[in-house]
Amino acid sequence: MTSEIILQAIVTGLMMGLIYALIAAGLSLIFGLMDIVNFAHGEHLMLSMFSSFWLWSLFGLDPIFSIPITILLMAFCGVITHYFLIRYILKAKMLIQICATFGLSIFIRSIAQLLWTPDFRNVDKPLLEGRLEIGSVFIGQPQLIASLVCLVAFIGLYLFVTKTETGLALQATAQDRHAAEILGIPSNKMFAIGWAIGLGCVGVAGGMMANYFFIFTDVGINFALFAFVAVALGGFGSIIGCLYAGIIIGLVESLGGLLIDPSFKLLYVFVIYLLVVIYRPQGLFGRY
Amino acid sequence: MLLDVKNIDVLYDDFQVIWDISINVNNAEMVALLGPNGSGKSTILNTISNLVHHRNGSIHFENTLISEIPTYKRTALGISHVLERRRVFPHLTVMQNLLLGAWHPRAKKELNNSLSKIYKIFPKLEIRSNQLARTMSGGEQQMLAIARGMMGLPKLLMIDEPFLGLSPMVMKDLIKIFKNIVNEGISILFVEQNVRLALSMADRGYVLESGRLVIEGKSNDLIDNEKVTKVFLGN
Repeated sequence: MTSEIILQAIVTGLMMGLIYALIAAGLSLIFGLMDIVNFAHGEHLMLSMFSSFWLWSLFGLDPIFSIPITILLMAFCGVITHYFLIRYILKAKMLIQICATFGLSIFIRSIAQLLWTPDFRNVDKPLLEGRLEIGSVFIGQPQLIASLVCLVAFIGLYLFVTKTETGLALQATAQDRHAAEILGIPSNKMFAIGWAIGLGCVGVAGGMMANYFFIFTDVGINFALFAFVAVALGGFGSIIGCLYAGIIIGLVESLGGLLIDPSFKLLYVFVIYLLVVIYRPQGLFGRY
Repeated sequence: MLLDVKNIDVLYDDFQVIWDISINVNNAEMVALLGPNGSGKSTILNTISNLVHHRNGSIHFENTLISEIPTYKRTALGISHVLERRRVFPHLTVMQNLLLGAWHPRAKKELNNSLSKIYKIFPKLEIRSNQLARTMSGGEQQMLAIARGMMGLPKLLMIDEPFLGLSPMVMKDLIKIFKNIVNEGISILFVEQNVRLALSMADRGYVLESGRLVIEGKSNDLIDNEKVTKVFLGN
């Protein structure tokens, strides 16, 4: 095995990792804000890929141009999810909350299968195509752009949460909802904003992946699993932790696949997850 | 009259914890809510903030009925509430905590004024402004919580157990600060278990027992009242 192949695996892993990171950041934001795990996160990713697909197939909009629309649609979807489902279960027992978002995931997937059939689809001849060759490493152009866009979105999210007034209010609500409310910060509004941003992140990732990934109704399942692992690995509620965790997962997946056996790709990631849960349950950057 | 609470009942599910209680606070007055553990003192403050809803009765603030106004709109009216056990945002800095205290537009406009005022009252907060709140001592966190409440430019400052876990030195400082706050025309309604301490500071007091009002009056009249001693020492 040559060093070039390993370098190739590292580059591929990094690019995938940045996408995982952004998906996980959305999950982590929602969880940190209101202690609710969005088990429908993968289905939301699927929806955003379909949004990109239909905008291309019906209106001829290339995924790279329809990204803003997909983000807005997903943010809107987040607000609706909060308004019609989540706000009713905020004070409910944990099991009820789990069932609610898990039920939502099944609901979305079933509706999607009903409407769009379980067929595999892809965007034909997108603007982003082909690959670059740097030295002996091949980098798919759509993959590269997707991961860079995700990185930029991630940095934007981080700056928003840490530097803006609304971000500060989000953090305050996450740390102590009642104390924030008593200072005049409406937590219901903050929760809606959190859902909008959380699913907006998924919109970016899904919209960019529509360029090169097969689009089908079960596509989100593995991504959601990885997002859960990333959130646990990075530390619950820590956004910056998601970045490191996403990259670690991407690297473990591709290097493990290369060095050991590609058919056990998922296994390596979950071994990491188990090790974290056993030896560092608060995650790399966790506060809890 | 600044705050007028009339004949309220409060129930947690079907369990009644407050029975027909009326209290009021005048402008620039310090009022103490007294009573043993579980007598409903904190619940009353939480009801005034609408963290808990009341049944029957009414709550008026500056002659406006506020019973139905949601919690987050009450700081803008001029009610600040410092919750029990301080409840500062642990992972935010002192400065960020203070900024969040000035959330409604009127308070935001006065932000710089309020900050310099707060720093004069609590000089330690200026020194520590970039420190995370959770790294401060209990006394400092209590100062921060009160300062954060002041940032909302309250007319009524409600403080739940301000002296809990504080050293006598810090307590002394805090008592002085309370007096200064009242001298500026802000009313304070506070919850306390230590009767002598509370009545030595407050203008008036209300004594509760198991959710019912036992006696109310001027501090001087309450301090040696038999009924009061009975509530706290049993029969």
